[in-house]
Amino acid sequence: MTRLFKPKSAMALIALMAVAAGVYAAGPDVGQAAKQPTNWTAIAMFAIFVSITLWITKWAASRTKSAADFYTAGGGITGFQNGLAIAGDYMSAASFLGISGLVFASGFDGLIYSIGWLVGWPIITFLMAERLRNLGKFTFADVAGYRFDQTPIRIFAACGSLAVVAFYMTAQMVGAGQLIKLLFGMDYLYAEILVGSIMMIYVLFGGMTATTWVQIIKACMLLGGATFMAFSVLMQFGFSPEAMFVKAIEVHSKKEAIMFPGGYIKDPVSAISVGMALMFGTAGLPHILMRFFTVPSAKEARKSVGWATTWIGYFYILTFIIGFGAITNLIPNPADYFVGGDIAKGLNGGGNMAAVHLSRAVGGSVFMGFISAVAFATILAVVAGLTLSGASAVSHDLYASVWRHGRVDQAQELRVSKMTTVALGVIAVTLGIAFEKENVAYMVMLAFVIAASANFPVLFMSVLWKDCTTKGAVTGGFVGLVLAIGLTVVSPAVWVAVLKHPAGSAWFPYDSAAIFSIPAAFITIWLVSLMDRGARAAIDRAGYPAQEVRSETGIGSSSASGH
Amino acid sequence: MADDWIERVVSNPKYQELKAKRSSFGWWLTLSEMVVYYGFIALVAFNKPFLATKIGSGVITLGMPLGIGVLVYTIIITNIYVRRANSVYDDLTQQVVKGALK
Repeated sequence: MTRLFKPKSAMALIALMAVAAGVYAAGPDVGQAAKQPTNWTAIAMFAIFVSITLWITKWAASRTKSAADFYTAGGGITGFQNGLAIAGDYMSAASFLGISGLVFASGFDGLIYSIGWLVGWPIITFLMAERLRNLGKFTFADVAGYRFDQTPIRIFAACGSLAVVAFYMTAQMVGAGQLIKLLFGMDYLYAEILVGSIMMIYVLFGGMTATTWVQIIKACMLLGGATFMAFSVLMQFGFSPEAMFVKAIEVHSKKEAIMFPGGYIKDPVSAISVGMALMFGTAGLPHILMRFFTVPSAKEARKSVGWATTWIGYFYILTFIIGFGAITNLIPNPADYFVGGDIAKGLNGGGNMAAVHLSRAVGGSVFMGFISAVAFATILAVVAGLTLSGASAVSHDLYASVWRHGRVDQAQELRVSKMTTVALGVIAVTLGIAFEKENVAYMVMLAFVIAASANFPVLFMSVLWKDCTTKGAVTGGFVGLVLAIGLTVVSPAVWVAVLKHPAGSAWFPYDSAAIFSIPAAFITIWLVSLMDRGARAAIDRAGYPAQEVRSETGIGSSSASGH
Repeated sequence: MADDWIERVVSNPKYQELKAKRSSFGWWLTLSEMVVYYGFIALVAFNKPFLATKIGSGVITLGMPLGIGVLVYTIIITNIYVRRANSVYDDLTQQVVKGALK
């Protein structure tokens, strides 16, 4: 039995860092990656992916004429296609590289982490999906503000959407730069500009149709690649999980500890709070909510979320096998995969590279090129979806509804969305470059906390509670938004890790603000609505029966089709 | 005129049946998902030795099937809801819609 990780404390530290990165980072926090030699196989694979998707964009452009085409692909996506596209939107490079890396570092803890990312989907299915489809048209503000005073609710919805998009996007762009530097051996700056420009072409010319197909293709590539890896690993052990675990325990420095929970949960409050952010945040992500408007009916909306949950859950089971496969394949060959051949120094390129190294171990350098290209394509697809939802928040909610009070023709609105897309592309690249050397690990969790504490409560109460009023929804939504950001700033993830205050000095000691900010938003909506006696409140309440009939039956719902 | 059909739908017993049945089914499933997920997290937080219990003589711990089980459970109940809503509840919805458009 070899002693793999010599200094125990160093290993404990690495594991702790990996877990911490995993907890705070949903984004592909690959840290400060060292530039690698140029990987031509990966670049060639990626070039093929880009060519195919640009060709699809050209086809999509010929069908993208109206605002409905641009925002929702004319409502012509089927449930199965939309399910794949949602999965493509949701399975970020972080899920793939981060979770398999976490399983590689600490085994069972990675499984606990991945479960959190799935449990939001049933909530969307049971409570939101068909109601969203029946009430909505282009953005989630259409749903949340169905019976409310348009100006305040849309200003709030745009703030909530743009805050989520900004943090999620920055994390993706920084992750993209680091990942591309690592996988392709390309300069950070060029990587940023490349991601920004390709994404802009997809969205600008192909709108939702192109974005959807990019996500579908990427989802198939990711699911196919991950299936092949998990299958290869299981085949090595004659399809006996028992044999795989025995081997993993034998080679891993933590021995049997990889088979049960370790240090993932430090305190129960943080665990539940992170769980709440993931569970309810999923139902408040604007780029995910927007996907429900691309299908023609409530039936297809339900089918899409059924498929999405199935694919995402299947994918997390695969990442678990992939993580264990990385343990059994990489650790016995330190010379090939670890810095200087020394396991104590960690994997080449960092802990999140476990899946990429495993792809070489099971499929050679061509397959590794494929997986690298998939990781890049993943970021492109996610960033394109985010940009589209940000652009629709600006053009549909702020410009068309707030600024022009709905008195605007489609061509004008479409022009504003395209201008916003360009602006968001430039902002994304700028943020990516500005934050290159910053710690962005907290940003994806913050995006989920905002989605869970601002967007979700407003959406939920406006759709399901008859006495909810404009004033209540908007006040509560802003309370959730401000608390989510405020508490995150004074939590260890930002206060200590980013602002460099001494450890233990954070005012808010938990990993996620959700356990306080979500109830605060709900209680504020409830109290303010109850006390609201204004003339508008009467209109808001009187509008409920019509809204409920439409949300339950779909009568009168927007066909989303511009044809 | 516009309020007329809304009134007609709301007073339709089929509509009340649809609403009651579908939402209670959805809420029960939501509750079950929360119990399963937070129950698992509570086990991780408060009873690690239980999850570390080995199954039989092998190396696989009780935590493994339970953890994977949460993923599988989530997939299964989501699809059960979708299936039921797309058949039983959609039939009811169609009847309500027909009644409204009469």
